[in-house]
Amino acid sequence: MTNAVEPFAASPDGRLLVERDRVHRSCYTDEAIFQQELKNIFYKTWIYAGHESQLRKPGDYVGFMIGRQPMLLVRGDGGEIAVLHNRCPHRGAMLCNEHKGNTGSLFTCSYHAWQFELDGKLAALPSPDGYNETRLRKGDQAADMKRAARVSSYRGFVFANLATTGPDLDEWLGEGRRAFDDMCDRAPDGDVEIVNSCFRIVQNNNWKIFLENQLDAVHASITHISAAKAATDTEKEIKEETGDDAPPFYKYLSSLSTPLSRWATLETRAYPHGHCLLGGYIGLRPTDPDTVIYESMMRERYGETRAEEILSRDVHHILIYPCLSVQPAFQQLRAIRPLAPDKTLIELWHFRLKGAPEAIYRRALAYYNLINSPSTLVNADDLINFWRCQEGLTADEASEWVSFHRNAGQDNSANGVTRSVNGLSEMPMREMFRAWCKYMSEGTHNVG
Amino acid sequence: MSVDHRVSMPLAVERRTNAACAGPLNGEVEQFLYRQSECLDTRDWDGWLDLFAPNGLYWIPAHPEDPSPDGRPSICCEDRYLMRTRVKRLCNPKAWSQLPPHRTSHVVSNVSIVDDGDESGFIITQSRFHMVELRWDKQRYMAGRYRHRFVRLDSGLKIDLQRVDLLNYDAPLDYVLQSWV
Repeated sequence: MTNAVEPFAASPDGRLLVERDRVHRSCYTDEAIFQQELKNIFYKTWIYAGHESQLRKPGDYVGFMIGRQPMLLVRGDGGEIAVLHNRCPHRGAMLCNEHKGNTGSLFTCSYHAWQFELDGKLAALPSPDGYNETRLRKGDQAADMKRAARVSSYRGFVFANLATTGPDLDEWLGEGRRAFDDMCDRAPDGDVEIVNSCFRIVQNNNWKIFLENQLDAVHASITHISAAKAATDTEKEIKEETGDDAPPFYKYLSSLSTPLSRWATLETRAYPHGHCLLGGYIGLRPTDPDTVIYESMMRERYGETRAEEILSRDVHHILIYPCLSVQPAFQQLRAIRPLAPDKTLIELWHFRLKGAPEAIYRRALAYYNLINSPSTLVNADDLINFWRCQEGLTADEASEWVSFHRNAGQDNSANGVTRSVNGLSEMPMREMFRAWCKYMSEGTHNVG
Repeated sequence: MSVDHRVSMPLAVERRTNAACAGPLNGEVEQFLYRQSECLDTRDWDGWLDLFAPNGLYWIPAHPEDPSPDGRPSICCEDRYLMRTRVKRLCNPKAWSQLPPHRTSHVVSNVSIVDDGDESGFIITQSRFHMVELRWDKQRYMAGRYRHRFVRLDSGLKIDLQRVDLLNYDAPLDYVLQSWV
């Protein structure tokens, strides 16, 4: 019996790269494999572009990356949303080089003043007569800003796909829709609004190392022991010195020292296309007066049963492979933008629950500031470990394999969902690589 | 991060200083700022904490136009308890990112008194800083503007609020900030 998980298992030189319980280090370090990932994964799956609330009026745009392609998410004259390649078809110059802005009624290239409508169609160019006897005419698609092949949104979260074929967004998200349902349902108005502030942090590691970490319950109490211990000590000091309980946000740090036996009880699940879920551990149902008011608002809007169903959900991360890690209970998301085999940009965003009291927003804000900001006490240690992995995997041939053996052979799959035998199992990593193999072996889709 | 701490500081430099008085105060403030950067560069964390008033706040805004950290995302916003938490992490031998410890070298300059505090009780200063940080054989460079609001307590001049506007506040950061800038 072969150990290979899927037909795609061989590198160009014929070596087996992915087995059911271990992965060759070149999957994280090899430039050719990285290029193939861009083509086979990032250029043919749905990639998160942004949130509809970032585009308030016609001409508002947001820049983002699909693989190495700079893209623009833009609100059109009629309110519709388009995703365009941020590239002038003339000489290739980026049309907008700010993260966000308003372009008015046209995009204008700063190099030769080619102008484009908000849907990408060429509007004007200098010396149009010069094109009369040429192969490039106004009205030709080649003279327009190229559009993403497909754009679709789910509950306000906009995704773009560079391939014309393949599953639609709903089908592809599948159970991953819970990321957005869990977040939006927590709003009394059933919708969220972006807080227009983004932290961008570059990690010196392969993008998959970050994804794997998002489902890794074993690392937390080990990697983050210094932050967890410090916060636990401060909680005690605040109590001793002031008589009051420490503000609840200290728990976001101190709960990281949860013992492995408790992490083992968490549920992890893997879904088709590489999406995964990690159950919650912080405890999200405090009984402070703000929460009591909020929960009563929720019951009023949704009814007792439905409100209870929403509020009792306890999910820490949902991974939308390969581009998003969502924390619905804290209304945050991290977009993953691969820059190179050993370089990954993470964009960190958070949202307001529409109709919820300000105090509930403050809770999400505290998480954003404390855990996801550039001064994070948490990721300081994550990022060094990711970098150490990257260096170790790049260094030499001494260690060829990355191990995903923990609880291998005990994963339970039924109806498209794989469940881990316990929270410490490396099932999510194995399943992410199963999806990776499928994407890589299917080749590229038709590129629009 | 302190939720009950409402702070704001004038964004524009509007001098309200009696120039004749500025001399000694300027000297005192300059020496304070030099001591503060020395605390960071020598990892004198107790000395650092002692520079702040009991309700003092250290704040790196996410946007230069933000008048206060209240209800807004911040790159860093810490009261003394959060600062103590950061110190405890930095000193823990299992703070993996501190193997080896990062090093910094600060230069503070262009110090000016914005408000001598005669009427308000708060002395407000503005200065510029450059900081070089070494971590794992790599150096990076940061710069920006400090604005300090001081109070004079029995124990001396203390920081009520330090606002740090980074030049690269909206640019991608390679790695994170482990201590204060």
